[in-house]
Amino acid sequence: MSDVVLKITDLHAHYGQIHALKGINLEIKAGEVHAIMGPNGSGKSTLANVLAGKEEYKITAGEVTFRGENLLDKSPENRAKDGLFLGFQYPVEIPGVPMANFIKTAVNEHRKHRGEKELTAGEFLKLMREKMELVEMKTKLTNRSVNEGFSGGEKKKNEIFQMAMLEPKLAILDETDSGLDIDALKTVANGVNALKSPETASIVITHYQRLLDYIVPDFVHVLYRGRIVKSAGKELALELEERGYDWIKKENGN
Amino acid sequence: MSVLVEKANLSLKYIAHYNEVKELLFEGSSDVINAARKKAFQDFVLQGIPSRKNENYKYTNLHPRFLPDYKFVHQRENNVVDTDTVFRCDVPQLDTDRQLIFNGWFHKNDNGPLALPKGVILCSLEEIARKNPVLLQRYYTQIAKTDADPMVALNTAFAKDGYFVYIPKNIILKKPIQIINFLQANNSTFVTQRNLIVIEAGAGAQLIMCDHTLNQNQYLNNSLTEIYVGENANFDYYTLQNQHNKTTGINSVFIQQERDSALTAHTTTLHGGLIRNNLNIVMNGENAEANIFGMAFIDKKQHIDNSTLIVHAKPHCRSNQVYKYVLGDESTGAFSGQIHVARDAQKTNAFQRNNNLLLTDQATMQTKPQLIINADDVKCSHGATVGQIDEEALFYLRSRGIDEDKARLMMMNAFAHEVVQEIKVEALRNRIDGLVEKRLNGEVARCHECNYNCES
Repeated sequence: MSDVVLKITDLHAHYGQIHALKGINLEIKAGEVHAIMGPNGSGKSTLANVLAGKEEYKITAGEVTFRGENLLDKSPENRAKDGLFLGFQYPVEIPGVPMANFIKTAVNEHRKHRGEKELTAGEFLKLMREKMELVEMKTKLTNRSVNEGFSGGEKKKNEIFQMAMLEPKLAILDETDSGLDIDALKTVANGVNALKSPETASIVITHYQRLLDYIVPDFVHVLYRGRIVKSAGKELALELEERGYDWIKKENGN
Repeated sequence: MSVLVEKANLSLKYIAHYNEVKELLFEGSSDVINAARKKAFQDFVLQGIPSRKNENYKYTNLHPRFLPDYKFVHQRENNVVDTDTVFRCDVPQLDTDRQLIFNGWFHKNDNGPLALPKGVILCSLEEIARKNPVLLQRYYTQIAKTDADPMVALNTAFAKDGYFVYIPKNIILKKPIQIINFLQANNSTFVTQRNLIVIEAGAGAQLIMCDHTLNQNQYLNNSLTEIYVGENANFDYYTLQNQHNKTTGINSVFIQQERDSALTAHTTTLHGGLIRNNLNIVMNGENAEANIFGMAFIDKKQHIDNSTLIVHAKPHCRSNQVYKYVLGDESTGAFSGQIHVARDAQKTNAFQRNNNLLLTDQATMQTKPQLIINADDVKCSHGATVGQIDEEALFYLRSRGIDEDKARLMMMNAFAHEVVQEIKVEALRNRIDGLVEKRLNGEVARCHECNYNCES
């Protein structure tokens, strides 16, 4: 099928000695929102990092295709330019790298990759203003370094802002809701929803059902001990909120 | 021949040379310079060329650099300066009053006299010694003592010329002074340069010193600059070091600050074979402030050693030091920063930081903070880091579609940025920013037509 954005088949990954992913299978089509939930240490962030190309993780089996091409052979930057975006759980502060310079370079790298002309300073500023408004980003970005001195909420909003600037085909949001108050959570969710389109898809990784009140998933998957042990519709998230993860653990032999 | 004998012989070689050319050294020099010369020579004989056993030269082995048979420049060379070719300091919009130093000797700008404010002097050391020995005597060798450092002794023993700057009371220079320091000779050459800067009370000036090499011969440049910053005076001293890999640069700068004075000393090392920078500051009056910044970008087998000594002799002074190095290939770096708070120098604020980025497993860095505090109501701190590029940050940039090389470059630029931004002369800041980026990018950062001999 041509509208499959991401297809993961029997993916195994190791982090040092730890067998962190033990055979993940997942197919995501354009227009879909998938939520991935699960207890701590089940492999959620590992999956996100593996997809984004973090080199510390070793792929030991399986394959991943992204928009019809083998994803795992590509460098992180090429994955990004092909349209994959990871919203980090802990966005890193990079003192000395100006935010505007960083995002402009990123946008222009994407444009070059698509064979488009680089944006002029004027065009870039216009785009930046538009997108900041879209994600209700009020943080002044000029004269600031990437994430430096940003509050927890600002950092997460900044991730959504970058996503808006780069217009990915697949956004993976790794616990974007953690540490956010309810207003910031709404802002982040509104941003994600505003960027939703029939051509794009997202994976929302979260511990809490509350984010899914605002970003309504088409599918909810439970990741446990490196495997997807349960997949269902959005009602699964409510059930998890009510019953916790113990029943999942029991069903899967612990 | 045993190593020991060889080492002793090395110093003897320079002692013998002094005795050989003694007449030439004394001839044509003023009594002020010659009087200091005698004692300096004695002090050099006592100390010799420093080995690594000398605590102050622990991380820099000067001996191999003193081995070659250098030619000395004890007399002014005529007609060597081709100003048409050398005067191409291509820093756009950098409007300065510019003069030249050629193999240690001061040469006047061919473009005619400078329009300096009345009373301001910018001339050769030789000239001021001849015309106003009283003025020279008041400051010459008053700050740099020959018995404490053999390189100071050697410089003072061989000193003939260099530049002299005098800014009278309450005069504020609008334009920076720029000294372009060239090395060019047909043989391996030993250069001695002796400079003196006097900023009188309430005066203000900026000076930019650019070091260059014009051809690939081997050089040893032993330069010494004494700087006197008077009461409530303001002085900014910028150094741009950009010399080829066969050059040895020993640059000693001795500064005395009087009360309420403010100093910025900023050193950028883009290139050089072996560079040893000594920066000694004595805060000799209350409420003085010194901001000291340094950055170095080295690779191949280059070596850079910045050694600072800040003496807080009086209460209520502030000093702040930030040194940053980026070391690639098999390069080696050293930083030793000594802060000395004298007895009763209460309410001292002294900070020091040295951050280093190692780009390879072969590059090494030695960093040594030393705080000697003899007062009880002071704030002093120091910090040193030696690390690699932050992989998490690198991944973050790459995950947004920025190529690895470009991302690394952004990170290195970011690292240096903190020091670059402290340059207050905007045109110079922009220029150095560009040069640093080029340097980090692997392009040779030429700010002049000079050969780097990058192979060695």
